[in-house]
Amino acid sequence: MKTEPIICVDKLSRRFGDFTAVDQISFSVERGEIFGFLGANGAGKTTAIRMLTGLLRPSAGEGKVAGFDIYQETESIKKNIGYMSQAFSLYTNLTVWENIEFFAGIYGMQFRDIHQKGKVLVQQLGMENMASSLVADIPMGWRQKLAFSVAIIHQPKLVFLDEPTGGVDPITRRQFWDLIYEATSSGITAFVTTHYMDEVEYFDRVSIMVDGRIAAMDSPSGLKDIYNVRSMDEVFYQVARNQSPLS
Amino acid sequence: MISIRKLYKTYKGAAVPALNGIGFDVRKGEIFGLAGPDGSGKTTLFRILATLLEPDQGMILMQDMDVVREYRKIRKIIGYMPGRFSLYPDLSVSENLRFFATIHGTTPDKNFDIIRPIYESLEPFKHRPAGKLSGGMKQKLALCSALIHQPSVLLLDEPTTGVDPVSRKEFWDILEDLRVTGMTIMVSTPYMDEAARCDRIGLIRHGQIMALDTPHGIIQQFPKPLYSLKAPNIRKILPQIKDHKGVDSCYSFGNSLHITLREGYAPERIFGNHGEMCRTGFQWDQIQPTIEDCFIQLMHTHEN
Amino acid sequence: MKRFNAILWKEFRHVFRDSKTMLMLFGLPVIQILLFGFALSHEIKKAPILVVDQAVNASSHKIIEKFRANEQFELVNLARNIDEIKAEFFKGRIQMAVVIPVDFEASHYASEPAEIQLIADASNPNIATNLVRFAAGIIREIEREWSPQNRTSIAIRTETSMIYNPDMSSATTFVPGLIALILLLVCVLMTSVSIVREKEQGHMEVLLVSPMHPVTFVLAKATPYLALSLINLGVILAMSIWILHIPIAGSMVLLFIVSMLLILTALALGLWISTVTRTQETAMMFALLGMLLPTLLFTGFMFPIENMPVALQYFSFLVPSRWYYSMANDIMIKGLGFGAVWKEILILGGMTILLLGLSIRGFKHRLI
Repeated sequence: MKTEPIICVDKLSRRFGDFTAVDQISFSVERGEIFGFLGANGAGKTTAIRMLTGLLRPSAGEGKVAGFDIYQETESIKKNIGYMSQAFSLYTNLTVWENIEFFAGIYGMQFRDIHQKGKVLVQQLGMENMASSLVADIPMGWRQKLAFSVAIIHQPKLVFLDEPTGGVDPITRRQFWDLIYEATSSGITAFVTTHYMDEVEYFDRVSIMVDGRIAAMDSPSGLKDIYNVRSMDEVFYQVARNQSPLS
Repeated sequence: MISIRKLYKTYKGAAVPALNGIGFDVRKGEIFGLAGPDGSGKTTLFRILATLLEPDQGMILMQDMDVVREYRKIRKIIGYMPGRFSLYPDLSVSENLRFFATIHGTTPDKNFDIIRPIYESLEPFKHRPAGKLSGGMKQKLALCSALIHQPSVLLLDEPTTGVDPVSRKEFWDILEDLRVTGMTIMVSTPYMDEAARCDRIGLIRHGQIMALDTPHGIIQQFPKPLYSLKAPNIRKILPQIKDHKGVDSCYSFGNSLHITLREGYAPERIFGNHGEMCRTGFQWDQIQPTIEDCFIQLMHTHEN
Repeated sequence: MKRFNAILWKEFRHVFRDSKTMLMLFGLPVIQILLFGFALSHEIKKAPILVVDQAVNASSHKIIEKFRANEQFELVNLARNIDEIKAEFFKGRIQMAVVIPVDFEASHYASEPAEIQLIADASNPNIATNLVRFAAGIIREIEREWSPQNRTSIAIRTETSMIYNPDMSSATTFVPGLIALILLLVCVLMTSVSIVREKEQGHMEVLLVSPMHPVTFVLAKATPYLALSLINLGVILAMSIWILHIPIAGSMVLLFIVSMLLILTALALGLWISTVTRTQETAMMFALLGMLLPTLLFTGFMFPIENMPVALQYFSFLVPSRWYYSMANDIMIKGLGFGAVWKEILILGGMTILLLGLSIRGFKHRLI
C-alpha cells in the first residue's frame, strides 16, 4: 500500500499586489525522502516554504502537508514539522540545555519526555561537557548540529532546513549530513534548501525554482542526464539561465 | 602591497583568540582569497585591514603605510564591502551610489567606467529601494559602492555568502575583470570552490593560516594519492570503508567518496581492480584533489 | 500551557542575564521611592520672606518676632521702606513680603482694624497660596494673643496681593517647564537613537571606512533635530500666547536665544549618549529613563526645588532643564532681561561644551 505523500501541492500560488512570487507550483514529496528545494534568490523559494509551513496563506491552489490542509489546518501542520534556518536557530544567551528545554516545550512535549529525550540528544551529539555552556560560547559547527537535533527533538514527520550548512567548515558539514541521513532513515522527511551544489547530490530528488515556477524536478542523476552535464552546478546554471535541455 | 605580520586579536571575554599570530603578504594586482569556515578569523582580519578594529599585537603595512597608525590615509585608498549588507535599505540604488560617492569625495560619473559593467545589470532597478533587491543584486550594488572612488585595494568580506550559485559565478567573473585594472583584491569566502578562482589562497582556521599558495600549489601539497569511489549505495558503505584498517580518511563528496589510504595499502586491494565494475559494484579512480579536499586533509592532520 | 511555560522561563532567563535591564527594573523603583519620599513636598519650610517695618514700635517688633520664630518662614531681611521689596523679589531672594504700615500701633488702640499687607510671588501659585495662608494664620494667632478675654477682639486685616502672574494661572508656571521637557526629550532621544541606529544597522562600518570626518557626520545628524525643535518651540509659544493667553513679560528674542541654548545642550547630551551605547534600545532607555525622571523632578515646575533636601538641590544643578526653567521663568513671568540670566547662560553653555568634548573623545574611530 502506497503511503500518502508527506507534502502534496497542486497549482500553489501566491501574489503580492500585482507581483506573482509563486506561480502555480505542483509537486509532491514522499515520506523519508531527502528533497532539495533550490532556486536563485528572489525565485520564490522562501515564499513557497512559508506557505508549506503554514506561515503564509496561499493566494490560490491546494496543498497538504503532513496530511493537513495548508489553508485550514496550519496549527496542526506546525505541530508536526520541525524548522531550522540559517538566519535563526538557537538563543545565544541561553545554555545548550536551556535551548533544548525551551524548544521542546514550544513543540508541546511533556516535561519528562523533554528531560529524557534531551539527555539522549546531548549524548548522541557528544556534547555532555557543553550542556551548561551558553550557546554563544560553543563553536559554530556544534551549534548547527545542535540546532538540527533540537528541530527534530519532537520527532516530527517533516523537517524544513533552510540553508542549514552555511559557512560551516567542510568536515562539520559532512557530519551534519550524517545526522540528516540518520533522521531520514528513521522516517523523517527532510525538505532542504542549500547553495552548496555538491550537497545536492545527497538529495533523492531536487526541484529548481525560477521566477516563481518549478523549472526542473528530478533526481540529481536524472537532471544531469537530461541536461547532459556532469555536475549539478552546470544543471543549475542552465536551468537558471532558462536554457532548454537540448541546447 | 599588503604585509601582515604576527597579528593577534582576542575579543573581550572570549576564551580563544580570533587571530593567533597570523601573517602573510598580498601582492599588488592579485586576487587573494582567504578561505575558511565561520569563526576562523576572516572577518576579524578584514575589519583590522579596513581600519575598523585594532589588533592586540602585530603590524600591517599597506602600500608602505601602517594600517593602525595611519588609518586616515588608508581609508582613502581602500574599498570595503562588509559581510552583511550595510547600504541604506530605504534609499534607491542610485541614491545609495550618489551618497557613498559624495562621502568619498567623488561623483558617480567620475569613475563610472570602473563600475559600468556591474551597474548594467542594476540599471533597470535604479529607482528601487535597495532593501527590495534580491541577494545577488544587493551584493553588486555594495560592490559598486566600494569601487566608486577607485580604491587601490578592495576588501570583500564574504561577498557571496547566501547568494545563489549563478549570481556567485557572475560575481567572480566581475572580480576577474577588475583584476585587469591593477586593483589588489582580497576576498574571504567559506566556499572552497570559489577559492580556486583566486591567484593565491590562504586557508585559515582558528585564526591561523594552514596553507598559503596558488591553488595549484596547494593541491600539489596534498600529501597522498586521493581516490574517488562511486557505488550504488554509497551511504550504506561509508561506515564500512571508514572503519577499514587500510583507510586513512574517507569523506563524502556528492555522490562519491574521497578516500586516502594508509601506508602500504593499495587501492586495488580494497576496492577491486581499477576500471572494472567488480562484484562489489565499486568504481574507483585516482583524482586530483580540490581545494576542499586539501582543507579537509589539513583539518584531518591537525586533529590527529 | 506547556508552551506558555516554556516561553515564560525563557523570558525570565533573558531578563536575569541582562544586567542592565535588571538594574533598571529593580534599581529604578527604589530610587523613585527615595526621591519621591524625600524630595517632593509642597510644604512650606523656611520660605524666605522680607518684612518691611514702617511702624518700628513695640507692636511691630512683636509681629516680626512671631514671624522670625516660625519655622516655616525664614526672615532674610528686614527693611524700612517698600522700595526694597521690588529689588528683593527681582533678585529672587524672597517669596513673600510682609508690610507693616506706619500707623500700625495707632490703629491697634483705636479699635479700627489694623492692616498688614502680604505680597507673594505668584510665579508658583501653589506656593504663593500656601505662603499667604500660613502668614494669615500667624496673624490670626497674634490677633488672639492680643485680645484679652473681656475686651473686644483686635482685628488685624490682611491685604494680599500677588506680584508676577497676578492671575495665578498655573499654566504660566507650567509652560516653561513643559517647553524644557519637550525640547529635552525630543532632542536627546532622537539624536542619540538616530546615531546609534547607524551603528546597529551596520552602516557605520562603511561610513567609518571613508574620508568622512566624524564632525561632519555628527553635525549632519543633529541639524534636522535642531530645526525641528525650533519649529516645535515656535508652535508651543504661539499656542501658549494665543490659546492659553499666557503673558510674556520679557523679551521674546531673549527667550528664543535661551531656548536655543537648551536645544544645543540637549543635542550634545544626545550625542554623548550615542557614544556610550551600542543599541537603539539601550539609547532609548538611557534617554527616557535617565532623562525623564530627573527632568520631571528637578526642573522645578512640578515640585519646588527650594523645598528639597540640600543634597538633592545640589543634584538639581546637573539637570540642564533646571537652569532653563529658571531663565524662562525670569523672562516670561518676571520680565527680566539679560542681566538676570547671564549666569544660567554660562552654566548651560559650559554643560554643552563639556558634553561635546566628551563626545568627541568618545567617538569611536573604529568599531570597537
